[in-house]
Amino acid sequence: MPTATYDDTAVPVDDEGFFTEPDRWTEAMAGQLAREQGIEDLTERHWTVIRFMRSEYTAKGTGPTVRVLGKTSGVSVKELYQLFPKGPAKTAAKIAGIPKPRGCI
Amino acid sequence: MSKHIVVLGSGTAGTLTANRLRRMYDERECRITVVDQDDDHVYQPGLLFVPFGLAQPHGLVRSRPRQLHDGIDYRRARIDRVDLDADTVHFAVGGWLTYDVLVVATGAMLLPEETEGLTGPGWGEKVFTFYDLPGAIDLHHALEHFDGGRVVVNVADLPVKCPVAPLEFAFLADWYFQRCGIRDRVELTYVTPLDGAFTKPVAARALSGLLAHKGIELVTEFTLGEVDGTGGRLVSYDEREVAFDLAVVVPLHGGAAYVGRSPGLGDELGFVPVDPHTLQHPDRANVFAIGDAAGLPASKAGSVAHFEGEVLAHNIGRFLAGQPLDASYDGHTNCFVETGFHKALLIDFNYETEPLPGHFPAAVGLPLLKESHANHLGKLAFEWLYWHSLLPGRELPGIGSAMPEHGKNHVHV
Repeated sequence: MPTATYDDTAVPVDDEGFFTEPDRWTEAMAGQLAREQGIEDLTERHWTVIRFMRSEYTAKGTGPTVRVLGKTSGVSVKELYQLFPKGPAKTAAKIAGIPKPRGCI
Repeated sequence: MSKHIVVLGSGTAGTLTANRLRRMYDERECRITVVDQDDDHVYQPGLLFVPFGLAQPHGLVRSRPRQLHDGIDYRRARIDRVDLDADTVHFAVGGWLTYDVLVVATGAMLLPEETEGLTGPGWGEKVFTFYDLPGAIDLHHALEHFDGGRVVVNVADLPVKCPVAPLEFAFLADWYFQRCGIRDRVELTYVTPLDGAFTKPVAARALSGLLAHKGIELVTEFTLGEVDGTGGRLVSYDEREVAFDLAVVVPLHGGAAYVGRSPGLGDELGFVPVDPHTLQHPDRANVFAIGDAAGLPASKAGSVAHFEGEVLAHNIGRFLAGQPLDASYDGHTNCFVETGFHKALLIDFNYETEPLPGHFPAAVGLPLLKESHANHLGKLAFEWLYWHSLLPGRELPGIGSAMPEHGKNHVHV
C-alpha cells in the first residue's frame, strides 16, 4: 500500500492517491491536497463541498456522484465544475480524504 | 389471518415478484395486488433493435395484467404517494390501499428535461433517445433518411438502465451504416461520463478494443451539461464540445415521481435504498424494493430483477413468518451485448467479481467477454424466455440466483 505525506504525517493512499483511511485526514492537509489537484486557494464554497463529501461518506460509506452533489450539497453542478474543474466528485473526494467514489454500474 | 402484499409496478421486477409470491401462497393466506398506471408491458431489451428496423414496435408490447397469474388483483391507477407510517398507498384520483408488505418495483424513469436544451430545438429531429418506444420509432425514421455525417451516442450520466445498451447501439449503428453502404460517410463517436467504455476494468478493455476495431471514436469523462440542438453540439460541464449531425442521448434517470412525494421512502434521485443482500428497506421492515427502482450498486437490468426475485420472494416469506431474512442476493448480473454482424458477447458478474473471460454457466458453456454467434442466438432466445419463464417467475434451467464462479478465468489488468 503506497503512502503519501501531508502536514508532515504519512498516510496510506490507493494507487490513484485517494485516502484509504479517512480518519487519518485533517483539515490542515486539505491545502496541499488541493494544490496537487491544481487548486491554489480553497474558498468557503470549496469547503462547503469538502465537508459535505465527508458527511456523506460517514453516512453512506461512499462519496456522492456529481449529480447527487448538485441536488443535495447546495452547490449547483455548474458551480461544482467551476470549483473543481477536473471533475468534482473525484477531485473533492481526494481533497476531502475519502476513498474514490464507487459510482454506478 | 390473510395478509396483503402490494406490489407497485408491473414491469419485469413487479410481475415476476407477484407471480413468485402467488405460487408460494394460497389465496386464503395472502392477497396480492399489483398496481400500475397503464396496461402496456414493453419488452425493453427490444428497444435497441427498433431504430435499425430489426424489431417491430408492436411486437414488443403486451398486456400487463395478462402477464400476472390468476388470483393476483391488478389495479390500474396512478400513485400519488406512500404513507409509510400508515402502511398505505394513496392514488392520484383518490382511494387507497393498505398493505402488510410493500414491494416497490416501479423502475426508473427518463428525465430528459433535466438536461439543459435536451428537449429544446432539435429534439425529435436530430436529437433522439431509443430508451422509450416513441423515441426508438422516431429514431428509426430518422435513420432511414440519414445519408451521412457525425453520429454521436451519449450517456448523459449514470445510473441508466442497461448500461451496455448504449454501447450495443454504437456497435449496431456501425453494422447498419455498413449495410446501407454509407459507413465511409459516417463518423461514429461514443461519448461517456465514465473514464472508459465500461465501469469494470477487464470488460472496459475488451469493449474499448471493440469500439476501436469498429472505427468508433471514444470520448470519456464527458458529463453532459447542455445540448445545443440548433448548433449541433453536446457541451460538457467542463466546457468540452462534441459536434453532431445526429445525437442519440440516453437521458438522466430517476425513480418514479411518487417516491419523491413519499417521505422516508427514497433517496435524492428517487430510488429506494435497500439492503444489497436482503432487499429490505433500512428503516421499514415491511418495505422491499426490486429491479430498477432499488438504489443498489448493481446494474439496472432485467437479469438483476430475475436473480433478485428469487431472494425477494423467499425473504418476504421469512418476514411474514417472523424469521430472520437471508442475505443471499450477491449482485448477480448477466448481459448479452450485441456487437452486430449476428454476434454478441456475454458478461456475467456480481458485487464482488467483475465481468471476466471464461465460459457460462460453467467451463462448458457460452463464451464470456468474447464475441460469438452462439451468444447472439442466446440474446434472441432470451425474448421467448422473458415472456414464458422470467415473467412467470420460473427458474431458468441451469442458472441460479448466485453467480457461478466455475468457468471464469481470473485475469489481472
